[in-house]
Amino acid sequence: MELFDVVFYVFAFITVVSAFIVVFSRNIIYAAFSLLFTFFGVAGLYVLLNADFLAVTQILIYVGGILVLLLFGVMLTSNVINVDIKTGTIQTVPALVLVAIVAGSLSGLFYSTWKDVSAPETSVVTTTPALGKMLMTTYLLPFEIASVVLLVALIGATFIARRST
Amino acid sequence: MESFLSEFVPWLLSVKLAHFLIVSAILFSLGIYGIVTRRNAILVLMGIELVLNAANINFIAFSRYGGVNLDGQAAAIFVIILAASEAAIALAIVLNIYHRFQTVNIDDVSNLKE
Repeated sequence: MELFDVVFYVFAFITVVSAFIVVFSRNIIYAAFSLLFTFFGVAGLYVLLNADFLAVTQILIYVGGILVLLLFGVMLTSNVINVDIKTGTIQTVPALVLVAIVAGSLSGLFYSTWKDVSAPETSVVTTTPALGKMLMTTYLLPFEIASVVLLVALIGATFIARRST
Repeated sequence: MESFLSEFVPWLLSVKLAHFLIVSAILFSLGIYGIVTRRNAILVLMGIELVLNAANINFIAFSRYGGVNLDGQAAAIFVIILAASEAAIALAIVLNIYHRFQTVNIDDVSNLKE
């Protein structure tokens, strides 16, 4: 068992355990803060997969953007004064059965199909220049569309969220 | 069973492609569970974020193990962009629902018209 494997299991443990807390915690605040650890664990997995730029992007956008947005949502929509921050769940037993079947079959499929695929040797040290070139050449059209989508999302979000007068 | 275990335990100790895929499968299933069972709209959104992260792990794992190109990472960048805009729009909608109905319980906002 080498260092790579140990680090993988540390990050995988962080990711899976905090995702369990996100899904099963009855307190919204606990769920939101353990989502933070899920995102950090996933960023660690990205580093192990030679995706340094994406790991940093994950932390910047998910932790710095989406998680803060979600926390704002929790604060603005929960009745904090009445400590009404607990939340209910529905249909837990059928959902557990369904999800266990999905997880088991997916894991079995992955294990039986790709259990022996090991990483090819690579000399790529940093991915940022290569990704930048790809975004400006091969993926130029999706890149431009994504920028328009972001603009539309910004305008739409402010338009939807403002109070109608 | 014996032969399966004698094959499975050494496999667990050396990390390969399938390890990452199984982590993402677990994350995906937990996200689906959150989407299906939660009654609070914001917790449903957190489940969606988990599912998107699981998809991203798959993209990047295949990009690393499938050869020396970065197409999977480019796809993951677009997934992150769309996740950000989705979260912004969805939270704006949730805030609007809260102003109108004084609740974010998605079972209580099933009517189309007031």
